[in-house]
Amino acid sequence: MKSLQELAAIRDKMRQTVSTREAAHDAVRVVVGMATCGIAAGARPVLNAFTEEVAAAGLDVLVTQTGCIGICQYEPVVEVYMPGQAKTTYVKMTPDKVKRVVQQHLKGGNPVAEYTIGAAR
Amino acid sequence: MQELSMNVLDIAQNSVAAGAPLTRITLEIDHAAGWQTLTVADNGKGMSPEMAARVTDPFCTSRKSRKVGLGLPFLKMAAEMTGGEMTLESREGVGTTVTARFRLGHIDLMPLGDMAATIAGLMQCNPDKDFVYTLRVDGEAFTADSREMKQILGGEVSLAEPSVALFIRQFIEENSAPLLDKGEEAL
Repeated sequence: MKSLQELAAIRDKMRQTVSTREAAHDAVRVVVGMATCGIAAGARPVLNAFTEEVAAAGLDVLVTQTGCIGICQYEPVVEVYMPGQAKTTYVKMTPDKVKRVVQQHLKGGNPVAEYTIGAAR
Repeated sequence: MQELSMNVLDIAQNSVAAGAPLTRITLEIDHAAGWQTLTVADNGKGMSPEMAARVTDPFCTSRKSRKVGLGLPFLKMAAEMTGGEMTLESREGVGTTVTARFRLGHIDLMPLGDMAATIAGLMQCNPDKDFVYTLRVDGEAFTADSREMKQILGGEVSLAEPSVALFIRQFIEENSAPLLDKGEEAL
């Protein structure tokens, strides 16, 4: 069974990357809408999937949450902020779609157009 | 909401929005008594008596973006469907405590769902706040305390790091499982 002390090993492994990131100051952010509407539509498995995929790929990406942004019918909604790029808004996200967003967008730099709000409207 | 753990994720955000530095989430399952009790207690800004009295009305909310607030009404409904109830105590400047009681074994009792993902998600998304999660089943308890985690991580590695969040989810899941399994046997 996992013990909290194992965090110490993760900390030691992370120290190096964290210090380089602070120097860069331009981390990519993935923001998941987690108000009542988002949670009811399945935002938590989407947050989990981003966390897993980002950790597995070893990417320098912050995965976090926001409240209701007012487009409840499109939840789960995920916004991706990349330095030097316009914000990308993904709608009706699922854990399956997350894999492609991580590979193509976060890793490759190309947003997945068909999952965006522009394609849904 | 299809799982109680999703209601927990939802209403714990009220504590975050209330500026609470510390939110204690306690789930107590008592098979002998036949009750499951959820408590979310924060030391946030609290509510006025007027607000506290109206807060389970779905058309009452303090936010400005829209006029509905469904988090607490959903939790209240989930508790009442099992023959239980939800109570709320709040004092301005002191904090708010929400308690929901559910009748165990009731056909309308919502599954608990993935509490580990809920708690780890709260810690990951609000690394500047603290959360203490206690699961107590028939007197035996497991506690996950973000303050303890931060102490191990030191100042430079945040709870928001995806690999840290992933570990915390697995840590809570693995340590809760024996208690929850014991509960299953007791039913």
